[in-house]
Amino acid sequence: MNPVLQLADVTRVHGTGAGEVHALRGISFAAHAGELVAVMGPSGSGKSTLLTIAGGLDQPTAGAVRVEGTDLVGLGQQERARMRRTSIGYVFQGFNLIPALTAAENVALPRELDGVPVRTAREEALRALEEVGIADLAERFPDDMSGGQQQRVAIARAVVGERRLILADEPTGALDTETGEGILELLRARCDAGAAGVLVTHEARHAAWADRVVFLRDGVVVDETGTDRVEGLTERADA
Amino acid sequence: MSVKHALLALLEQQPMYGYQLRAEFERRTGTAWPLNVGQVYTTLTRLERDGLAVADGEDDEGHVVYRITDGGRDEVATWFTTPVARTQPPRDELAIKLALAVTVPGVDVGTVIQQQRSATMASLQDYTRLKRRAAEAADRAERADLAWSLVLDSLVFGAEAEIRWLDHCEARLRRAAVEQGREGARPVEDVPVPRPARGSR
Repeated sequence: MNPVLQLADVTRVHGTGAGEVHALRGISFAAHAGELVAVMGPSGSGKSTLLTIAGGLDQPTAGAVRVEGTDLVGLGQQERARMRRTSIGYVFQGFNLIPALTAAENVALPRELDGVPVRTAREEALRALEEVGIADLAERFPDDMSGGQQQRVAIARAVVGERRLILADEPTGALDTETGEGILELLRARCDAGAAGVLVTHEARHAAWADRVVFLRDGVVVDETGTDRVEGLTERADA
Repeated sequence: MSVKHALLALLEQQPMYGYQLRAEFERRTGTAWPLNVGQVYTTLTRLERDGLAVADGEDDEGHVVYRITDGGRDEVATWFTTPVARTQPPRDELAIKLALAVTVPGVDVGTVIQQQRSATMASLQDYTRLKRRAAEAADRAERADLAWSLVLDSLVFGAEAEIRWLDHCEARLRRAAVEQGREGARPVEDVPVPRPARGSR
């Protein structure tokens, strides 16, 4: 099966000459449909750069970035923006909602920008809000919501329109443990329903929700957890 | 682990025979610490020797049933009200391994740390998966399910703490290597960095 996201030998260099910084050094990485992949590493290891490049927000210095088979690197700016609206959902630590718009309007916005009729966009937005468990808050403004509720809106905005790649950069960073787990549950459910997810986090207990955990150091993938299970415990659960 | 006290606590609820005790122990703690039946019978023999339980005849199928004594009840009460001592922490193989890895020349400490981190992370993923299943089954909320879910939480916290400690060790080692490099004792390039993975899909 072709991966939803594929990075092939991606390098990202910031600056030139003596001030050159190699954020990514030839990274190859893939996320398949139905799979949630966590990326861990200390600050400066390149994990956020990897996510911004995967989301088309930044361009690699070398290498290919394919989302559902389309190489983002070869696209013009407008086409790349279109990919971001139709195929890629982004969830940030700081939620990044538009304060002047209600929850439903925030979620409908990417669909409207994509030319979907206002009414259809709104219906889709309400469905997405229902999926994340806050249909009753559709007419609230971000300032009148808790952090956990705002992040749910952000997730609804990231998944609206059946986008198949969800990229989350420390999505639980600003939330307490329990609220954070609720957000991970949503990401997990979305991936179980067929999306591919990439979760950047420095918290082991959050990364543990993923199918695979990739470890970055100095812009290189140094390791990755396999699919070995803890034997006795898994037997019990499967019994 | 105090098998002795765990079995006594179970006997306090009702008289039981060996296999029953084992099944009951595992129902409450999961198979995190499997108990073989030989261990159960050895423990029962000791409990009887110490006057904490007595063999109290056989059931219809010929199983020897054990019953707790008054002395046994006191022992259980004391167990529950006394904190588990940390004055003599259990021997920690990983801590010992790292202590030796950083002192024995020629060991690639960075790789030792990363391999352990991956392995512990994989266990943490398993525990998390089991917790999700336990949560899904929470409708049938029995006390034993709660007990199992708390045991899982303990394993999650333990694995998380281990990963955090490994991150800390790695950061300390890198800093130490940089400082040594500055003093000219060791070039900075010797900073222990794990080897890149051969290939990732």
